[in-house]
Amino acid sequence: MSSTGSDEAATPEEESREGVSQVETETETATATTTETMNLVEAVRNALHTEMARDEHVVVLGEDVAENGGVFRATEGLLESFGDERVVDTPLAESGIVGTAIGLAMTDMRPVAEMQFMGFAYPAFDQLVSHAARMRSRSHGQYTVPMVVRAPYGGGIRAPEHHSESKEAFFVHEPGLKVVVPSTPADAKGLLIASIRDPDPVVFLEPKLVYRAFREDVPTNAYETPLGKAAVKREGSDVTVYTWGAMVHPTLIAADNVADEDGIDVEVVDLRTLSPLDVETVVDSFEKTGRAVVVHEAPKTAGLGAEIAATIQEEALLHQEAPITRVAGYDVPMPLHELEDYYLPQALRIQEGIRETVSF
Amino acid sequence: MSTQNEADHHPDGATVHGTTDPIQILDADGTVLSNAEVPDLSDDDLVSMYEDIKLARQFDQRAISLQRQGRIATYAPMTGQEGAQVATGYALDRQDWLLPTYREHAAKYVHGMKLSALLKPLCGLREGYAIPDGVTVMPEYIPIATQIPQATGMAWGEQLQGQTDTAVLCHFGDGATSEGDFHEGLNFAGVFDVPAVFVCNNNQWAISVPREHQTASETIAQKGAAYGIEGVRVDGLDPLAVYAVTHAALQKAKNPADGERRPTLIEAVQYRYGAHTTADDPSTYREEDEAEDWREKDPLDRMRNFLTNEGLLDDDLEAEIDDRIEAQLTDAIESVEGATTHPTTMFDHVYDELPDRLREQQDELESLRKKYGDDAFHEVLE
Repeated sequence: MSSTGSDEAATPEEESREGVSQVETETETATATTTETMNLVEAVRNALHTEMARDEHVVVLGEDVAENGGVFRATEGLLESFGDERVVDTPLAESGIVGTAIGLAMTDMRPVAEMQFMGFAYPAFDQLVSHAARMRSRSHGQYTVPMVVRAPYGGGIRAPEHHSESKEAFFVHEPGLKVVVPSTPADAKGLLIASIRDPDPVVFLEPKLVYRAFREDVPTNAYETPLGKAAVKREGSDVTVYTWGAMVHPTLIAADNVADEDGIDVEVVDLRTLSPLDVETVVDSFEKTGRAVVVHEAPKTAGLGAEIAATIQEEALLHQEAPITRVAGYDVPMPLHELEDYYLPQALRIQEGIRETVSF
Repeated sequence: MSTQNEADHHPDGATVHGTTDPIQILDADGTVLSNAEVPDLSDDDLVSMYEDIKLARQFDQRAISLQRQGRIATYAPMTGQEGAQVATGYALDRQDWLLPTYREHAAKYVHGMKLSALLKPLCGLREGYAIPDGVTVMPEYIPIATQIPQATGMAWGEQLQGQTDTAVLCHFGDGATSEGDFHEGLNFAGVFDVPAVFVCNNNQWAISVPREHQTASETIAQKGAAYGIEGVRVDGLDPLAVYAVTHAALQKAKNPADGERRPTLIEAVQYRYGAHTTADDPSTYREEDEAEDWREKDPLDRMRNFLTNEGLLDDDLEAEIDDRIEAQLTDAIESVEGATTHPTTMFDHVYDELPDRLREQQDELESLRKKYGDDAFHEVLE
C-alpha cells in the first residue's frame, strides 16, 4: 500500500488528508447537477466507486468481492477500476476480515469490509464488539476505527438457512458502533458515503430483498445523507409507524390501504440509522399522532421495537392514546422459505397492527 | 515443528504425508496402479459404490434442473466430488457420526439419509434436517467450519463414555481451513486425542477464491503437522484411494498403535466441476476449460473402467443400475413435491416446552390465517 502515502497521512478526522480529493463533497441539500436511475445495489456500488475515486485510503475487502464482484454484485467493476491492492478477495474468515479491517483503519486506511450475509457475520462479532466499538474509549479518544462493515440482511428471497437473518439488535446493543439501514437507492448511496467518512465504526445493513426491487433517480455526485437522522416517508395524523430497511415498502402499502379502506391517516418514519437513534424525530412524530406501531422483521423479543416503545414512554407518555404495537418476526428461528411469508411482517400484518392500535 | 519441506516424520513418530503427491490406487483410466492395492471390499460393495456415485451424479443433474425450473431453491452441486463423498461413506461403520456440509448430499445418502430428506430443505421444508432413529448424520452445516470443533466434541463425548467403536467423520471445504473454527477444532482434537477424522474436500475453489489464494501453505494436509496429527493427501477423484485412506484413518481413530494419535486430517484433492451453487456463475472468475484436466480423472469413469476391467460390470448390469437410479430419483422427487408443512410448525422444537409468549404468537398467526386465509400471506399487496 505504498501508494497511499500513509507515512505522512494526517488523522482520519482531518479533511485535507493526502490522497483525498477535495472535489464534490456536497451535502444532501446541495442541488445535484445530474442523476442516474439506479436500484439499491447499484447505488451501493456507485457509493463505493465514488468514495474510492475520491479517497485512495478507501479499500474494499471481503469474500468474493473482487474477481466475482460480490455475490450480489455490489462490488462489481471495482477491481477493474481500482486494482487488487484496493479491492481484495480475502481468505474465507470473517473474524480475519473485520480484525484486519480494524488494523487497516488504525493505520489511517478507510476499510469497507463485506460480510457476505449477516448470518455469517458472527465469527467477526468479537472483533466488532470487543475492539472496533471501543477503540475510541479504550484509547481515551486517541484512536478510532473509521471502518464500515457492510452486510446484506433479511428474508423474503427464498434463500437457504442462515441467509435471511435480521439481527440488527445485536449490533445496536453495542455502545460505540453505529448501525445504518437504507431503504431506498438514494439513501443507500448517501448513507454509505456518510458511513465511510464517519470517524466511528459503522455496521451498514443492506436490505437484500429490495436490492433490485425498484429504481429511482440518484445523484451522480458525492453526497452525504447524514447519519442519525430519520426520514418521514409519509405524513399522517392518526398513528406513526416506525420501521426501516426492507419493511418500509410494505409499510407504505399498508398505510395507503388503511387510508383507503378505513380512513386512517398514517405517518411513516423510516429510521435509516438505528444507532444512534433519532429520538427527536421519533418523539416529534409521536407527539403529533399519539399512537405508534413498530415494524421489524427481526424477532419480536428484545428487537428494536422494544427500544423505540420504551423511548416513547420515557419522552412522550402524556401524548399516548393507545398501547404501542409491535409487528415483528416471531420468536423462532427464521424458517426455511416455505414458511417465510408467514414469518415476515407483510402488509397484511402491518395493516392489522395499525387498525388494532387506532381502534383501541 | 518441521517446516513444510521436511515434514515427512512427525516427532511423535506419525508419518506425515502432508506434502507428498496425493495417494492414488487407480490411474486416470481406472487401471490399478502397479504399486497399489485394491481395498478389501466385496465385489458387491465395489459395484454398489459405483452405483451410488452414479446416483449422486444423476441426483445433481436433476436437482440443478429442478432449481432452473423454480421447483426447488438454491442448490449446491457436487459433480466431480461424488467419488470422495461416497467413498468416505463406505469407510464409515454404521455407528460412526457424519458431519456434512451443504454439499455432501451423497455422503449423507450413503450413511443412511433418504433421497427425499435431502430434497426437503431445498423445497423449504425443515423436516429434511430431522435425523431418523439409528442414523448418525448431523443436519448439514451451512456456516463455514462451525462443524469442526463440534466433531471434536462428539468424538470426545463418545470417548468419555467408552464408545471405543465409534468415530466421527467431519467434512468441510478448502475455504473452511481459513476460519478460526478449523484451527480450534483441530487443535482440540490433537490435545485431547479424540477419535475424529477431518476430511477437507479441497475442490480448489471457495466460491470465486482459488486454493492458492486461500492459504500460503503448500498443501492443506500439511496443516495437520501444526496440531500434532497426521495429515494425508489423497486423490479425491479416486474413490478407492479415498476409501482406503479414510478407512485407515477411522481404524486408527478407534485403535491407534502405540505412539499414534487418533485424529487425522485428510486432504481429498478434487475439483468443483460446476458452480458453487445454482446462484453462482463461475464464468465471472475462472476459465471454463480449467475443468478439462480434472474431468480426465473423473471418479465415475474411473470406477466404471475399473469394474469393467475386473469383469464386475457389463452393459446389462449398467442398464439395471440406470433403471434403479431413475426409479429412486423419480420416487424421491414425487414424494417431496407434494409435501407441505403447516405454518405453525415454525413454533415446533424451538424449546422443549413452548413458552407462553410463543404460544400467544402462534395463536395470533392462527387467528390471522382464519380471518384472511392463506392466500393473503402470499399476495404481494400493492
